[in-house]
Amino acid sequence: MARTHITTVINGDEVDFLAEDSTSLLNALRDEVGLTGAKEGCGTGDCGACSILLDERVTCSCLVFAPEANGANILTVEGLADAGELHPLQQCFLEGAALQCGICTPGFLIAAKALLDKNPDPTETEIRYALAGNLCRCTGYDKIVRAVQEAAMQMREQ
Amino acid sequence: MKYAAPSSVEEATSLLSSSPSAQVFAGATDIVPQIHGGRQAPEVLVDLKKIDELVSLTSDDKKWTVGAATPTVELTENQAFSQEFPGISEAAGLIGSDQIQSRSSLGGNLCNGSPAADSVPAMMVNGTRALIAGPKGNRLVDVSEVVTGPGQTCLDSDEFVVEFEIDRAPSLTGDAYLRMIPRTEMDIAVVGAGARVTLAEDGTIAAAALALGAVAPTVVRVTAAEEALIGTTADEDTLAVVAAAASAVCNPIDDKRGTIAYREQVAGVLAKRAVLIAMERAQQRNGDV
Ligand SMILES: Cc1cc2nc3c(=O)[nH]c(=O)nc-3n(C[C@H](O)[C@H](O)[C@H](O)COP(=O)(O)OP(=O)(O)OC[C@H]3O[C@@H](n4cnc5c(N)ncnc54)[C@H](O)[C@@H]3O)c2cc1C
Ligand code: FES
Ligand code: FES
Repeated sequence: MARTHITTVINGDEVDFLAEDSTSLLNALRDEVGLTGAKEGCGTGDCGACSILLDERVTCSCLVFAPEANGANILTVEGLADAGELHPLQQCFLEGAALQCGICTPGFLIAAKALLDKNPDPTETEIRYALAGNLCRCTGYDKIVRAVQEAAMQMREQ
Repeated sequence: MKYAAPSSVEEATSLLSSSPSAQVFAGATDIVPQIHGGRQAPEVLVDLKKIDELVSLTSDDKKWTVGAATPTVELTENQAFSQEFPGISEAAGLIGSDQIQSRSSLGGNLCNGSPAADSVPAMMVNGTRALIAGPKGNRLVDVSEVVTGPGQTCLDSDEFVVEFEIDRAPSLTGDAYLRMIPRTEMDIAVVGAGARVTLAEDGTIAAAALALGAVAPTVVRVTAAEEALIGTTADEDTLAVVAAAASAVCNPIDDKRGTIAYREQVAGVLAKRAVLIAMERAQQRNGDV
């Protein structure tokens, strides 16, 4: 099967890769680019574990065909930390024990970042709606919501 | 499977004509789960999002034009559009999660042919027209005529929807969309109800439209309710007629989300509520938009 040459910017760096047309962007990121942060929980858009920002919009990478990403700007969970320093969301998830197995965490972090980029001071209800596309089977949602509230507060104070 | 990303309507049309098992897509939020489940196996996937008209949202003094592949988040984020058509905007805002709305389109929601597609009742009550392109040229079809059965449309395999046209809402007009799901987010409608009302100067209803989703093989208009509303103020007696008419058009399935009797009853309740919200909005929109 012929592979298509795809040029993207991922986490600020220009990245070229080859992928079959039927490959999901999720699998291309994981298998061709080596970024395994985004996870496959369902492959059908229901769980959000594969969330990335695609041209600044939060998207399930399992629902995107790899060649669609040609020319796109992508942020994955690997791009959240800045020069080795964790993003406030990551720090607050850690400190607030907002994860157990961690499979859902990259997706929650990206969806939470997308929310805070648009709305730096969300209400609890807004947070819960913004994270409705992300499922967690271990932690329960309260610790996750509180970690997002804490991170939002820290980011507003900075 | 091959991926193609034409940059014009003409290029897309000739691609579709030359490859019979080609299929168009926009957000792929319906098509990827269908491919995964083995229900679809297109040889060529034609991405419509690189065609300018397909991903635009514009208005002039006559109408709004919504590109068929425009992500629905762009509708909900557009204040002018959402103020004029709050019903379409709230229906678009109910489709899946934020992740889904970054990709889901009105064209996909309609042409997937689900009776539960949330945007369809809302588009229908606003008289939305679909501009369909094909090798023989363009045709303009009322949205209510596009879907012919579950998963079935009136489009030929080499045709696709370019854009939707929605006439500017007259003054004293309001719309609304409500849906009932067992959860608060991320589920398929048990019943969806879209309503639109235009008031006369004396506050009575001059024009009304009501459409229900998820209660029959396709989205259905409730003409008996529409007729009953004309000339009234949607008083309690009239609303009882509206609810009964809504329940009567139902021809629903029995499934884990709701029994037939439940869907019929909820259809009546949502129909009444949607009409009342549309009324309230119509009263607030007197000529300044
Ligand atoms: C997790 C999840 C939750 C969802 N929740 C909802 C919900 O709450 N309510 C709801 O209504 N839907 C829901 N959906 C279904 C889906 O997201 C919507 O129907 C969406 O609007 C489809 O748009 P799309 O652009 O992604 O369609 P696509 O998958 O790109 O296309 C769908 C179908 O339409 C055809 N098509 C697409 N564009 C055109 C066009 N311009 N002309 C002709 N044919 C075309 C395609 O060939 C395909 O058959 C959900 C889906 C997922 C995965
Ligand atoms: S893997 Fe993409 S939503 Fe579950
Ligand atoms: S921590 Fe295991 S799924 Fe969320």
